[in-house]
Amino acid sequence: MYTITRKKVLASGVIEMGILAPRIAKAHKPGQFLMVMNREESERIPLTIADSDPATGEVTIVFLEVGRSTIELGEDFKEGDSLFAVVGPLGTPTHIEPFGTVVVMGGGLGVAPIYPICKGLKAAGNTVVTIIGYRRKDLMFWHDKLAGASTETIVTTDDGSYGSKGFVTDALKALHDGGRAIDRIIAIGPPVMMRAVSNLTQPWGIPTWVSLNTIMVDGTGMCGGCRVEIGKESKFVCVDGPDFDAHLVNWDEMFARMKVYTAEERAAILANHECKLHLDNIKR
Amino acid sequence: MSETIDIAALNGVKEGEKKRPRSKEKRLEIACQTVEARVRNYDEVALGYGPAEAVAESMRCLECPKPRCVVACPVHIDIPTFIGLISRGKFSQAAEDIRQYNNLPSVCGRVCPQENLCEAACIVNDTNPKNPIAIGRLERFASDWQLTHDVRDAASVHKRPATGFKIAVIGSGPAGLSCSADLAKMGHSVDLFEALHKPGGVLMYGIPEFRLPKAIVQKEIEYVKALGVTVECNVVVGRTLPVKEVLDSYDAVFVASGAGFPNMMNIPGENLNGVYSANEFLTRVNLMKAWKNDSAGTPIRKPRKAVVVGAGFTAFDVVRIALRLGAEEASIVYRRSREEMPGRGEEIEHSLEEGAKFVLLTNPVKYLGDENGFVRGVVVQKMDLGEPDSSGRRRPVPIKGSEYEIECDLVVVAIGQTPNVLIPSNLPGLATRWGSVIKVNRESYMTTVPKVFAGGDAITGAATVILATRAGREAARSMDAYVRDPARNWNPPA
Ligand SMILES: Cc1cc2nc3c(=O)[nH]c(=O)nc-3n(C[C@H](O)[C@H](O)[C@H](O)COP(=O)(O)OP(=O)(O)OC[C@H]3O[C@@H](n4cnc5c(N)ncnc54)[C@H](O)[C@@H]3O)c2cc1C
Ligand SMILES: Cc1cc2nc3c(=O)[nH]c(=O)nc-3n(C[C@H](O)[C@H](O)[C@H](O)COP(=O)(O)OP(=O)(O)OC[C@H]3O[C@@H](n4cnc5c(N)ncnc54)[C@H](O)[C@@H]3O)c2cc1C
Ligand code: SF4
Ligand code: SF4
Ligand code: FES
Repeated sequence: MYTITRKKVLASGVIEMGILAPRIAKAHKPGQFLMVMNREESERIPLTIADSDPATGEVTIVFLEVGRSTIELGEDFKEGDSLFAVVGPLGTPTHIEPFGTVVVMGGGLGVAPIYPICKGLKAAGNTVVTIIGYRRKDLMFWHDKLAGASTETIVTTDDGSYGSKGFVTDALKALHDGGRAIDRIIAIGPPVMMRAVSNLTQPWGIPTWVSLNTIMVDGTGMCGGCRVEIGKESKFVCVDGPDFDAHLVNWDEMFARMKVYTAEERAAILANHECKLHLDNIKR
Repeated sequence: MSETIDIAALNGVKEGEKKRPRSKEKRLEIACQTVEARVRNYDEVALGYGPAEAVAESMRCLECPKPRCVVACPVHIDIPTFIGLISRGKFSQAAEDIRQYNNLPSVCGRVCPQENLCEAACIVNDTNPKNPIAIGRLERFASDWQLTHDVRDAASVHKRPATGFKIAVIGSGPAGLSCSADLAKMGHSVDLFEALHKPGGVLMYGIPEFRLPKAIVQKEIEYVKALGVTVECNVVVGRTLPVKEVLDSYDAVFVASGAGFPNMMNIPGENLNGVYSANEFLTRVNLMKAWKNDSAGTPIRKPRKAVVVGAGFTAFDVVRIALRLGAEEASIVYRRSREEMPGRGEEIEHSLEEGAKFVLLTNPVKYLGDENGFVRGVVVQKMDLGEPDSSGRRRPVPIKGSEYEIECDLVVVAIGQTPNVLIPSNLPGLATRWGSVIKVNRESYMTTVPKVFAGGDAITGAATVILATRAGREAARSMDAYVRDPARNWNPPA
């Protein structure tokens, strides 16, 4: 059950895994995620389905080692091992229709989740302009894969070691200021990046969608732990989302809610994986 | 079955002997962990009767020829018969007798609100007020005895020959378990799908270990599996498996998806950190074992001052967990008075003993946060009781200008659950009330969609374990008739 079929280190602390989960592979649609439990007493953590193959029954996840569960998954599990539980596909699939020109942005880890979305949008006849950003050249992954799924690809690095120097927002601004007609923007990445995109596009009036990564417990709509205010209404990210209109998100609340367990998480890391900690991943 | 009980030594009655009831005596209290000990652990609080106590209590039963208790029990367990068997030392046989009516006696004996059901109706109340026969405790005793002393051999169960019909059950709470067990005994092939990683529904994620040990629940589930039911966890029907695919692959489907959606009050500050829905709090603690400090991966906030809003089953479980997590103060804030509290009597008593405070006739109006977005207090308002409402309970009316602040660092909102919309919204033609409560014909449990049946909290909203168990069993009977003759004129719900 839920056998790990492949494992690959894509960059420091960034791991790609294939997992055997035929029902999920068959039902998956772009934008959906799954919940993973490493062991019987592990927590349930949400990870986006970055790819799926109904023929082999495999789903692909790409994750960053940031805390107890992701470090455990990345360090203690190898090809051939089995995970205790994998549930999905969860969440409402990304809305896909022929919009025209869609800019899809992936920041850091967000590069993986946008892959099925780009594929889906392109198949629906859109012009897909993909902007992906990494901190440095050596942290890059999947850029070729994304280029294959997009009409046009722009790569940025914070330090300019590859592609254009700067953030994904700089590239978006350049595109927009250059007079490019954009019908829709989809941005996935760390919350700071998604908020920056949202702030940038609000004055432009271009529909902008983000995929929120709040803390979750069950991922099926029964606990409300993932709730966040969207347009003055409380929404459950795991069932009403994870995609939401960026301009309606209460970002301050979203940021505050991400920090509920900071103290407990820090203690857990210190107790369990001090030596393996990828310190530069923690300040996402 | 092995029963070598020295009944004479226990002062029971021997075969053929007449019983001289001792109904005038007081009902036998159940041994409990001391308050000091139990607020520091998660072990079961009520320890249960031993054989001698069970026999002594059973001797009080009059074994009425027209027993009122049986009428009051939702599944009509033959109470005098099983109590009679206990008084003769035939404990496992008593349990087998109960099982003809109830698939989950070890569970129901612990968590049924007996004081409003079988025990409320017991005739002994008439002559010896407040001292009905302890039916629930005896039910628990007999069933636990059987679970621990006699191997219940599923293979020996009188099962009807395989029918070749395939039935899917969605949800593994008491309704789904009880329906699956009965369908399997009828010879049907049953696949039970559960969204979470452990079967049991509320019995696993909601009701805490100290009230219902999870080992007991798992024993009952093992038995259901042994009857031939295939239990597949991690399957969210409507997501992992499309509803349509389930309909196409089975001869009938039972929807027992419960009432798992947490209600919130929609007042300011409800999304502050440290404000939980009861479901989240309970799931973290019970299902994810956050109470096991070191081994569990799932964190929980350790409260200093906890406020729990509501006064049902859920609220008392939460307040008692808060105390076990080390809260110096844990209060139930409830908008009505003590008399209207819907919780189970024993639980209300136990939480008071453990130090819970009751802040009655009071309702929260908003939560206050600190500069980091964590809750630091709740503003509450006092209430008066006005005219009775549709439920017959007096309606609480806010008293203007009575607001005041209660300091707290944890709030748990326990004001009820409603069914999840996932299945209704993925099943065209399924009629519901209030958006998510599935409509059924109350006799056949049939929904408005052909071959789909439903029961438990999914058709009533949050109710009780025994009502869910009954629904599962009655639906099984009706589904059995349906698969054999689907063309008959079946009455869908009005
Ligand atoms: C819908 C969704 C999709 C996601 N997809 C991916 C993905 O494809 N790849 C990836 O690397 N990460 C993804 N995440 C984030 C990932 O779930 C967290 O990094 C992970 O749970 C951290 O767990 P941990 O124990 O390793 O770290 P912790 O030490 O527990 O926490 C580290 C950080 O993760 C956040 N976090 C902790 N627990 C949870 C939780 N249960 N749910 C959400 N966030 C949590 C904390 O706020 C903290 O900022 C996604 C989150 C969501 C909600
Ligand atoms: C904290 C708490 C304490 C309680 N205490 C008591 C008590 O002391 N006494 C009492 O009599 N009652 C009590 N109750 C009420 C009682 O537990 C419920 O009425 C009863 O469990 C309902 O049973 P059910 O089978 O209908 O649903 P549930 O027990 O809710 O089970 C439903 C199951 O279906 C699963 N599910 C839902 N959707 C899907 C899907 N789409 N696909 C697959 N699976 C799905 C859920 O994960 C769940 O496991 C309590 C409830 C709570 C929350
Ligand atoms: S199932 Fe509940 S109501 Fe029926 S006899 Fe047992 S405790 Fe009483
Ligand atoms: S009503 Fe009371 S005394 Fe009579 S059979 Fe039932 S439990 Fe026994
Ligand atoms: S994670 Fe529990 S409701 Fe969304």
